Amino acid sequence: MKARPTNMLARIYLGLVLAFLYLPILVMAAMSFNSSQFYMLPIDWTFDWYVKLAHNTRLLESTRNSLLVALATTVIASVLGTAASIAFFRYDFRFKKVLQAALFPPIAIPWLITGTAMLLFFFWSGIGRGLHAMILGHVALALPYVIIVVSARIKGFDPDLEAAARSLGANPWQVIRHVTLPYLAPGFIAGALFAFAVSFDQFVISYFLSVPGVSTLPVEIYTAIKKGFTPEINAISTLVIAFSITLLVIVSRFYRFGGDR
Amino acid sequence: MAVSDTKRSPTRRRQPSNAKSILGLTGPAYLWLIVTILLPLAAMFYFSFLSDVPLPGRDWQVTLSNYAAFFQEDFYRTLMLRSLRLGFEVALWCFLIGFPCAYVLAKTIKGRWREALFLMVIIPFWSNALIRVFSWTMVLRGNGILESLLDWLIPGFGSLRLMFTYEAVVIGLVHSYLPYMILTCYISLSTIDDDLIDAARSMGASRLTVLRRIILPLSMPGIVAGAVLIFVPVIGSFMEPRILGGREGTFLGTVIEDQFTSVFNWPLGAALSFILLACVLIIFAIFQPILRRAS
Repeated sequence: MKARPTNMLARIYLGLVLAFLYLPILVMAAMSFNSSQFYMLPIDWTFDWYVKLAHNTRLLESTRNSLLVALATTVIASVLGTAASIAFFRYDFRFKKVLQAALFPPIAIPWLITGTAMLLFFFWSGIGRGLHAMILGHVALALPYVIIVVSARIKGFDPDLEAAARSLGANPWQVIRHVTLPYLAPGFIAGALFAFAVSFDQFVISYFLSVPGVSTLPVEIYTAIKKGFTPEINAISTLVIAFSITLLVIVSRFYRFGGDR
Repeated sequence: MAVSDTKRSPTRRRQPSNAKSILGLTGPAYLWLIVTILLPLAAMFYFSFLSDVPLPGRDWQVTLSNYAAFFQEDFYRTLMLRSLRLGFEVALWCFLIGFPCAYVLAKTIKGRWREALFLMVIIPFWSNALIRVFSWTMVLRGNGILESLLDWLIPGFGSLRLMFTYEAVVIGLVHSYLPYMILTCYISLSTIDDDLIDAARSMGASRLTVLRRIILPLSMPGIVAGAVLIFVPVIGSFMEPRILGGREGTFLGTVIEDQFTSVFNWPLGAALSFILLACVLIIFAIFQPILRRAS
């Protein structure tokens, strides 16, 4: 390709946008290695904050909670979501459009509204708050994404494969287990990882459903930010964002963001 | 194959046990959504008409006063306008920055690079939103990176005083939602046939005319979808204004949060949440035809 001047300009522009998106994160990462807790420049490099982190029981505890909630969300959302996607693909039924439209609210309604509504309802109905309530809420947010991602994969499935299996004497369960699920595996994995990422990075819902002493990592980070900055927060934030970006890069190997290109 | 052509639709609609299978496959997921989305919203609607939380030992009655408060007190109306303005400004900036970026990705960059760059642009959107907002405090704070850099470039530049301002909130939110606009515009732009643009150019249309008469109209669904999907969460944001706005960061979202976490006036919070939800629904209703085309 010839490097025409407009092309050059276009690339510079794209570079600037990428800088805007990534520089703040890189600055934060750099500051997590700065020995000055007032972020004095130039940076005096140190690992102290990461060492301190390893002894911060509150942050470690909330990390454990985050992983626990995310794992439970992943298992529940991917099983329920995949089942629903299979039904949408296999059958035409009257309420299909309605059911598909019902996936929209958890994504489209601001989390502030869903979060406060859950707080109110869970508290009032006796479900209560805490990790189990967070799992309830996170699964609701992750389900639509799982269904979208798995459905994208399922579209390419040839129903004749199932028909062939049936004609060879397989019962419905065997058909699903040996024909449908193996084909769906990449979509299922992408959906599951996506559900994990949605839950692990979720702040708003967890914030309203946490109780003092039982919170997830983002909630704990938010509390620490409001109290005042500590470089330990930079350190844990750097680890979290590196982890979640890695996770999404892996998802992108299984699922094309933005559909077919 | 002839077999597959005749077989395809019958396999999809056969079997008397269809209803059972459908219920078994979709039931659990939708039961979950009913308990966690529908019932909570219904409960919140009910709460918004009460004078206190309906718990044993509390004195409560049905009232319209929570909604009356919103329509009678200037405070809430100003707040609503402030939030709407914030949503509009953030969506506008996202369009101004994101559309050219989406255009470059869809029409200028080719091959493997396009895929990689596209991923780099949109992946942050699904990563941790809280931490991305927090990272701006490192950049914007007094004597932070931005001020040090400007001071080094232009000695004696002085202070920007950006941290804890309305502008800081806008910057943080644009950073958060920009990938969304780029994604929706990119999808629209990549459906435009390059030959159409070449044809217009070869017939003497200027670049500006091509942009105005072909590219913008054809990518309108993506632009509108992006704008709506940014506007809606922004008017309901509370964490970004709290972290970057400080005392300047009072919006409808933060006031709703206050009702639930510090003031404990849940019925008022419920009413304000529902007014916000009504705004959201009105916006979706207005743009429904365009949104449907975009998806």
